[in-house]
Amino acid sequence: MTAVSVTVNGKTVSAEIEPRTLLVQLLRDRLGLTGTHVGCDTSQCGACVVHVNGKAVKSCTMLALSCDGAKVTTIEGIGSPEMLHPMQRAFQDHHGLQCGFCTPGMIMSALDLVTRKGMKLDESTIRKELEGNLCRCTGYHNIVKAIGAGAQAMGAAELQAAE
Amino acid sequence: MYAFEYVRPSTLSEAERALAAQPGAKLLAGGQSLIPALKLRLNRVPLLIDLSAITGLNRIERRGNLLAIGAMTTHAEVAASSVVKAAIPGLVHLAGNIGDPQVRNAGTIGGSLANNDPAADYPAAALALAAMLKTNRQEIAADNHFSGLFAGFAEDEILTEILFPIPRRFAYSKFPNPASRFALVGCAVAQAATGVRVVATGAGANGVFRVPELETALSASFSPDGLKRIVIDSSNLTSDIHGDAEYRAHLIGVMTKRAVDACLA
Amino acid sequence: MSETGIGKPVRRREDIRFITGNGRYTADINRPGQVYAVFVRSPHAHARIRNIETTAAIAAPGVAGIFTGKDLEADRIGKLICGWMIHSKDGSPMNMGAHPALALDRVRYAGDHVAVVLADSVEQAKDAAELIAVDYEPLPAAVHLTEAQAASQPQIHEEAPNNTVYQWHLGDKAAVDAAFARAAHRTRLEFTNNRLIPNAIEPRAAVAEYDAASGGYTLYTTSQNPHVTRLVLSAFIGIAPENRLRVVAPDVGGGFGSKIFIYAEEVVCTWAARKIGRPVKWVADRSESFVADAHGRDHHTVAQAAMDAEGKILGLRVRTKANLGAYLSTFASSVPTYLYAPLLSGQYDVPAIYCEVDGVYTNTTPVDAYRGAGRPEATFVIERLVEVAAREMGIDPAEFRMRNFIRKFPHQTPVLSNYDVGNYPACMKVALESADHAGFAERKRTSTAKGKLRGLGFSAYIEACGIAPSTAIGALGAGVGLWESAEIRVNATGTVEVLTGTHAHGQGHETTLAQIVSERLGIPIDQVSVIHGDTDKVQMGMGTYGSRSAAVGGSAVVRALDKVVLKATRIAARCMEVPEDSVEFTDGVFSARGTNRTMKFAEVALQAYLAHKFDTAEIEPGLKESAFYDPTNFTFPSGVHIAEVEIDPETGNTRVERWTAVDDFGNLINPMIVEGQVHGGIAQGIGQALLERTVYDDTGQLLTASYMDYCMPRASDLPSFDVAMTNTPCPSNPLGVKGCGEAGAIAAPAALINAITNALGHEDIEMPATPGAVWRAVALRAEKRAAE
Repeated sequence: MTAVSVTVNGKTVSAEIEPRTLLVQLLRDRLGLTGTHVGCDTSQCGACVVHVNGKAVKSCTMLALSCDGAKVTTIEGIGSPEMLHPMQRAFQDHHGLQCGFCTPGMIMSALDLVTRKGMKLDESTIRKELEGNLCRCTGYHNIVKAIGAGAQAMGAAELQAAE
Repeated sequence: MYAFEYVRPSTLSEAERALAAQPGAKLLAGGQSLIPALKLRLNRVPLLIDLSAITGLNRIERRGNLLAIGAMTTHAEVAASSVVKAAIPGLVHLAGNIGDPQVRNAGTIGGSLANNDPAADYPAAALALAAMLKTNRQEIAADNHFSGLFAGFAEDEILTEILFPIPRRFAYSKFPNPASRFALVGCAVAQAATGVRVVATGAGANGVFRVPELETALSASFSPDGLKRIVIDSSNLTSDIHGDAEYRAHLIGVMTKRAVDACLA
Repeated sequence: MSETGIGKPVRRREDIRFITGNGRYTADINRPGQVYAVFVRSPHAHARIRNIETTAAIAAPGVAGIFTGKDLEADRIGKLICGWMIHSKDGSPMNMGAHPALALDRVRYAGDHVAVVLADSVEQAKDAAELIAVDYEPLPAAVHLTEAQAASQPQIHEEAPNNTVYQWHLGDKAAVDAAFARAAHRTRLEFTNNRLIPNAIEPRAAVAEYDAASGGYTLYTTSQNPHVTRLVLSAFIGIAPENRLRVVAPDVGGGFGSKIFIYAEEVVCTWAARKIGRPVKWVADRSESFVADAHGRDHHTVAQAAMDAEGKILGLRVRTKANLGAYLSTFASSVPTYLYAPLLSGQYDVPAIYCEVDGVYTNTTPVDAYRGAGRPEATFVIERLVEVAAREMGIDPAEFRMRNFIRKFPHQTPVLSNYDVGNYPACMKVALESADHAGFAERKRTSTAKGKLRGLGFSAYIEACGIAPSTAIGALGAGVGLWESAEIRVNATGTVEVLTGTHAHGQGHETTLAQIVSERLGIPIDQVSVIHGDTDKVQMGMGTYGSRSAAVGGSAVVRALDKVVLKATRIAARCMEVPEDSVEFTDGVFSARGTNRTMKFAEVALQAYLAHKFDTAEIEPGLKESAFYDPTNFTFPSGVHIAEVEIDPETGNTRVERWTAVDDFGNLINPMIVEGQVHGGIAQGIGQALLERTVYDDTGQLLTASYMDYCMPRASDLPSFDVAMTNTPCPSNPLGVKGCGEAGAIAAPAALINAITNALGHEDIEMPATPGAVWRAVALRAEKRAAE
């Protein structure tokens, strides 16, 4: 057992874990943050996407110990039912989810995309950037719309805050 | 995963000591191939040495006519680097199309080159650009490393930096395997003072290889027109459920042509 | 009119928990003291088990138990069942081999369950599983569908000679022979409808526990139909009587059919929870899902059409071999028979149809219903046939379809189905316009100028949803009734709980069923809760599949609401001291005709529970009603999809450039959700036609057993979809709805292959049309042109 200390959604937590513990296992099994999902074992589906030090990664393909000292953000750290993040709201407004299983990963990837490519995103950019996230329900049509609208809403919110 | 021990050294010498002390230990350099393999229990390691905390291994620098990229530089960092873009813009494109955004945020150039997956992108660039692979012990020419004769790095060797001679032109064109998004066939074309190189990935079981007939044609005239009539021999190429050797041979021609187009664009 | 009523694009209420990470899926559930189950699976497609040695494994760290088929047998645990009896054309019942949850002496596909290891952690269970020594005697395997019935092939089950489960037929052979004899033109196609692996993004999982105090079991499972799971686990497997078995299907991350079935894993976990006295948790790895979830499709078909000189279809002859895998999964037998042949008439007035189907065992993963289940296969047959026939006869494919469309309803097809309503030409006209069919030639010229091939293809599909009535399907061999239940519980404050026997795993029932209540009771949607998926709460239900939830489940809600309104009206009449027949109920208000007396719904609800103002000998207190609704007929959604593709002849890569879907689903409860269902269906259909390929090698190893090799559609593979609706309300249910869940998956493959073959200029391409295959087909075209 090895000690690991991670700041998850702003809260620093420590745990004793086996070295073979994946980040997603730490989040789900030890910290009870079950919003991050596991949909495959070969790093394709993206249901497990979280941010480590501000960058989107697949938490099923990262050892928890590699994140020692890191800042981790999960879907639970983005917004709450009472205070939805604009990207979360866009997913609801545009029916960007059905079963909801891929959704946390989609939202975390979408936020990373906004960080990298800004708040004006065209359809082909969004589609290309979703390479690492699989959805079996929506055919992506409404996810693409939601991300475009969510990004735009984030821009508007930022503008408003600046004023 | 089978159980393993784990260390995360903060200096290269610590990593070297750990590697020397534990036979069979493996280096973790992003882990985007290694961790899935461990998860599927395809691999068993006594010790993982995580290189991610060693400072200085992700530097990107222009050194005269060389572009130096630290082994732990992520694909995303290469794709976003203005230094790389100024020196070898084709590398920015290559790095920006490896795997997916999350893989690019974690996977590293050193990890990719050391793993040398037969369908990976970076090995094609390293060979086409005649890169030098710098380890803690020596500098190895990509020509030797990817010749098919070289069995990989020594047990206690750590790849630290990749040195790319800056070519006149370079481009990489990939036809991705629709499922894995690895290269079904990818072709790197480099035109340098030393000549033209064409390297294919994804098409051979032993990894990347140069394509002499295309190199000869492009050396005579660096233009896509000269490539049309060249038929690539398919006899030593990979056949699998995603494409037979004949298709791959054909794609080598097509992807090379597109890379040349990109070089000239 | 309620703002949240029927027909409004109400935002989904369930979304809030999913977008904030608060969904509760089976894998999120943990019980104190639980052990983790790992299944030992056969590496061989076919082998005899000589011995299973577990001594070393049982001593491994953390191991709480290891069980094999013999342990289940000793506890008299029943075998897995197939719930639909099919009779062969000679009248004999289908030949079904036994399907033990854990193999006894033989394994019949790579992935077959051999043993279960229970340990304190997953990794410990995996470590121990590797210590189990199974002594296999490998046997030759019958892997390929078209060869498996040969006498030389290995016999998979003693009960099924020549690996043939049944030889079934439907229709009038003599009439079809006569039609072909007088035909002016005949078209013949031979093709494979490729095997698909469902791949809901949530892998299957089960958490089972046994409470010694009550003697009751609870099973949390990734199910589309928890009540059917409970029924089968109880009545056939013999785990526990239904009253001591609670099955909960919490949030379920997609199903597409694959979570209908009662699988070995939940049987074993539930049984083992009592056996070892600890809760048992199993979560599939994706690699496991690939071999252990029932697959879909996998037909080999020879299809022929006979036409008169004007292109009027005279008859169809269809001969299909259907791969059922190594065992009969829960509804496997019905998919290539009664869910397939009755749809072969498509949207066309075809006087004679004859269809023969052989159900075939192979040493592969069992095959069962997958989105569309039989209907995509039928649509592919008829829509490829008419397209090719039109091309061969030099008739425009849209015009060919128009000439053959059914125009009078109800319409009795020669293959059981009785279409109640539809307007096929109207749909086609809208589709041609939406797709800018007129502009195609220009777009093709532009593509040609770029060196690309452009093609356009149609699919005018028919679907049958809400399979019913129960008496009819019982006569066809179904082991269940296909009605649905609903219960409306009105609370004293006027809020409402709707309990439904359907199950939502992405379809949005928590919103749509609440919309029905909101509309009928005139109350805002936030005063309505929808409860589903728990057998302790909902008494009985048949679950969600076959696009049945709105047509059957929604109608059950309507029926229960009728009863609520009826009783509330009586109570309101007493309270307002007016005759019952003078009370009207509109927009949530009871009003007495000819007076100014009114009562809001919530006031009546309160009075129902106070019971101060009516005689309880005459009217019982309370306001809670239930209904079991059995439809009078299937519903028949239909539509026209038009695909437009551009092919890069150099690489064989196909890009879907445009997709037009015009569907007739009858009335819509929530158009936003309906469109979402169409999008998802189209994506799966495009996946089948373009990307998703399942490959077994000759020894029965699945070569496409991960996302590295099985190509799932990604966002960049798909275009945005142009979706429109025409609307002919369904006369056979009170909502006038038809069902929309499978339409896209049914329509899309034929449209896409028709577009690709149109671009290629010949018909020689199979699904999936991978770049390599298309490149070869392009080369073939060049050869043909050169030869001409």
